[in-house]
Amino acid sequence: MAEVSLHKLNKRFEAFHAVKDVDLQIRDKEFVVLVGPSGCGKTTTLRMIAGLEAVSDGEIRIDNTVVNEVPPMDRDIAMVFQNYALYPHMSVASNMAFGLKMRKFQKAEIEERIKRAATILGIESLLGRKPRQLSGGQRQRVALGRAIVRDPKVFLFDEPLSNLDAKLRVQMRVELKKLHERLGTTAIYVTHDQVEAMTLGDRVVVMKDGVVQQVGEPLELYNTPANRFVAGFIGSPAMNFAEVTLAESGGRLVAEAPGLKISLPPELAKHGRTNLGRGATLGIRPEDIHIAGPEDDAGHCFDASVEVVEQLGSEILLDTRVGSALFMASIDPTIRVRPHEKLRLALKPDRLHLFDAESEKAL
Amino acid sequence: MIEGALWRRWVFYNIPLILFVFVLLFPFYWMIVTSFRPDGELYRPWNAMNYMPFWTNKPTLEHFRYLFEETDFGRWMVNTMFIAVVSTLISLFCGVLAGYALARLNFPFAGSLGTVIFVTYLVPQTLLFIPLAEIIRDFHLGDTPWSLILTYPTFLIPFCTWLMMGYFKAIPKELEECARIDGASRWKAMLYIIIPIAVPGILSSGIIAFTLSWNEFIYALVFLSSPEQKTVAVGVTSELIRGDVFFWGSLMAGALLGSVPVAIVYSFFVEHYVSGLTGSVKG
Amino acid sequence: MTVTAVPDVAGRRPAVRLRKLEDERWLAFALLSPTAVLLGLFIAYPFVEGVLLALSDAKVGDPGHFVGFANFAKLWDDNIFWTSVWNTFWYTGVTTVFKLGLGLWLAMLLNRHFRGKALVRAFILLPFIIPTVLSTFAWKWMFDPTFSVINWTLFHLGFISQRINWLGDPGLAMSSIIVVNIWRGVPFFAISLLAGLQTISPELNEAAAIDGARPWARFWLITWPLLLPVTLVVMLFSVIQTFADFQLVYVMTGGGPANATHLFATYAYQIGIGTGLLSQGAAVSLAMFPFLFAIVVIQLLYIRRVEVR
Repeated sequence: MAEVSLHKLNKRFEAFHAVKDVDLQIRDKEFVVLVGPSGCGKTTTLRMIAGLEAVSDGEIRIDNTVVNEVPPMDRDIAMVFQNYALYPHMSVASNMAFGLKMRKFQKAEIEERIKRAATILGIESLLGRKPRQLSGGQRQRVALGRAIVRDPKVFLFDEPLSNLDAKLRVQMRVELKKLHERLGTTAIYVTHDQVEAMTLGDRVVVMKDGVVQQVGEPLELYNTPANRFVAGFIGSPAMNFAEVTLAESGGRLVAEAPGLKISLPPELAKHGRTNLGRGATLGIRPEDIHIAGPEDDAGHCFDASVEVVEQLGSEILLDTRVGSALFMASIDPTIRVRPHEKLRLALKPDRLHLFDAESEKAL
Repeated sequence: MIEGALWRRWVFYNIPLILFVFVLLFPFYWMIVTSFRPDGELYRPWNAMNYMPFWTNKPTLEHFRYLFEETDFGRWMVNTMFIAVVSTLISLFCGVLAGYALARLNFPFAGSLGTVIFVTYLVPQTLLFIPLAEIIRDFHLGDTPWSLILTYPTFLIPFCTWLMMGYFKAIPKELEECARIDGASRWKAMLYIIIPIAVPGILSSGIIAFTLSWNEFIYALVFLSSPEQKTVAVGVTSELIRGDVFFWGSLMAGALLGSVPVAIVYSFFVEHYVSGLTGSVKG
Repeated sequence: MTVTAVPDVAGRRPAVRLRKLEDERWLAFALLSPTAVLLGLFIAYPFVEGVLLALSDAKVGDPGHFVGFANFAKLWDDNIFWTSVWNTFWYTGVTTVFKLGLGLWLAMLLNRHFRGKALVRAFILLPFIIPTVLSTFAWKWMFDPTFSVINWTLFHLGFISQRINWLGDPGLAMSSIIVVNIWRGVPFFAISLLAGLQTISPELNEAAAIDGARPWARFWLITWPLLLPVTLVVMLFSVIQTFADFQLVYVMTGGGPANATHLFATYAYQIGIGTGLLSQGAAVSLAMFPFLFAIVVIQLLYIRRVEVR
């Protein structure tokens, strides 16, 4: 068990600056997820923590010891790779024993640990098999088992679920979560899938272009994204954005765009006034839009024409056109809507987000 | 495959294939028949009436007896085997390590060193045999098996290195990284993870290296002089031809027996041999 | 969390020597050094030595003196040398064309499913793996002026009435040698090209057939361009081996009759080892270098161009 801290961490590959000044304090027993689009530097950061990439600048500490120059074998970490990296010439048991043998554990202790890990993961019957005789899900478990037996200070996960099919992925996600609760080992998990990030992470780190955009608990990221990128990245379907101009109108701050005129709630208006007369981006999540009813304030309603109707069973997703912007709305599945229909939609004013047009930071 | 009627298949595929196989294998048949024919039958002019070239009714082991009793043929076989095995082992050792370094490690000049290996792979033995003979003499290695054991690796190592590079490159990098995180040093990760996975490649390289050194001729011809030091190919060439006189029966018997070890090794590892051969031209 | 004594990573560091091997550069250095020593000692050094030798007048038992380009000047006026140069090019050119053509044909014959395919493939490679000197003796015996089985067959089929002195006639001797070289080389071409053919998805050919391409067009427009990279590499190896060939000619004719079938290597051997004029022999084999170098460079450039495309 350990704390991991990154201080002004940088990685340059010749001309390419892959990781820029990353600062991060990971607490003992915490499950932290690094998430972002491909090329955002999340995997490089993980590999630096593992010791597989040299640090260009900055510091990595594990349990308050600087490990920049410590080779991976001495860092006491375990890593689960995207392709599992099971040693193909060894049985499942030997795969799990390898790390312990390298550390010169007693034979009895090795067997004991393998047995315990196999029981936790339900792979007792596979111990004698070779990796090529296993299904994708089984391989995944073995890779996890290999990490567990080591009882390391830190678990590192590099997109471990992305090679599984959708159903298995959901199932393994739950198991991973349970596993972490049971073992309580500090874990750092890299993924490009924001759903995985939200469901697994105690805290989530959103990265883009090598820069940390926001660090926070999942709901914090969802409710108060620090900038437009985080707002668009977290949540599915993604947040709707409209470029608006801000203007005072009858004591209220109004965001205007073609076909759209929304009056902002007082709390948001307070921040928005700093941008008066300048451009801003208005954001609203699809789940915060509904079909307008009599109780909705006219200042929170707008007209939309439906282009595509996606029936998901539990909800209906409407792709609508609002002026020149495209808005997606998630509505009650009992309502019948047809393509090309004109609708009046309303949004929840307290769920509105406003971003500076230039810096894209939340206002 | 798109194929037509039965007769077309015979005309366009089966008959040509049978011809190919016949021509490619006939000299071996000829070798075998000759080595069992008594001299009286062998030296009958080709246009003599009772000349029946393709079969013999009176097979004899006389030529084999001559080979073992009148020449050092047994010694030559042992010499060739010893030289081939030791030089193959040396080349495998060097080639596996060098191939690993060139394929999987980042270090300055890795690319240009790979090119150097490829270029030496292309250097034929006949380019250097005269100066090499001088060097062998200077090192006092002349007329010893070591003159060949140490020089054969010059063409075997580049080959093994090149082939092993291909095999090593195909192994995912994560395996090694995982081993290093699991507590293995780079050296141990190579030894316990990567090299065991590359065993098929090592077998292929080893088998081809073995056949190549068994096949080598000019170094053996130039560096060895006393009859009891010779390899099969050189011994057969120099001891079974006296001036203009060829001992054809024994020559063919020697050629047959000299081919057997290679043929046996080959027959056990055909697939490895073929995959090595095709791997070596993939570049 | 209770504070327990965590084993310090610095506490169990292996020896300094092993630690150095954690650095990729040191490890690479260690792994490459045996190879570098052997290749340096027995390739680079002999190459330098060979150049020095070719510029001297050394003979067996006489280290000799520096004589500049005298050996090469002598070669310039040497008819046998020019015959060997011509022979080498002719030998390489003709055999390569035939090996490629026949090898490709054989590869296509093998690129189907039929019973006993694995066995046929295994047997076909025999000429390539059996030591050249030994199988060449079988051919020499088949070409024997008096006891030739080939003559016997041709005679009984009614093609000839006189014996043919295969290895005794200068022109025929070269052709005979060429036949043997092709015989030995075809399997290598066939098996390598077969491997290349097997990487071409049959769907491409089927798609072309549906698009209306005849077999001949399918070959030229689909198979051949996709096979070209492998073909070029196979040719590169074959050309170099053939250009520098020694064993085959040494056994078949020894360069005769009347020095008509010498190649670079056999002529170098005859002068350098046969008559003991080391410096001259070294000059002959070194004369091979610029040609080989040019061939390799041209082929590699062409291969790169094809692979980029």
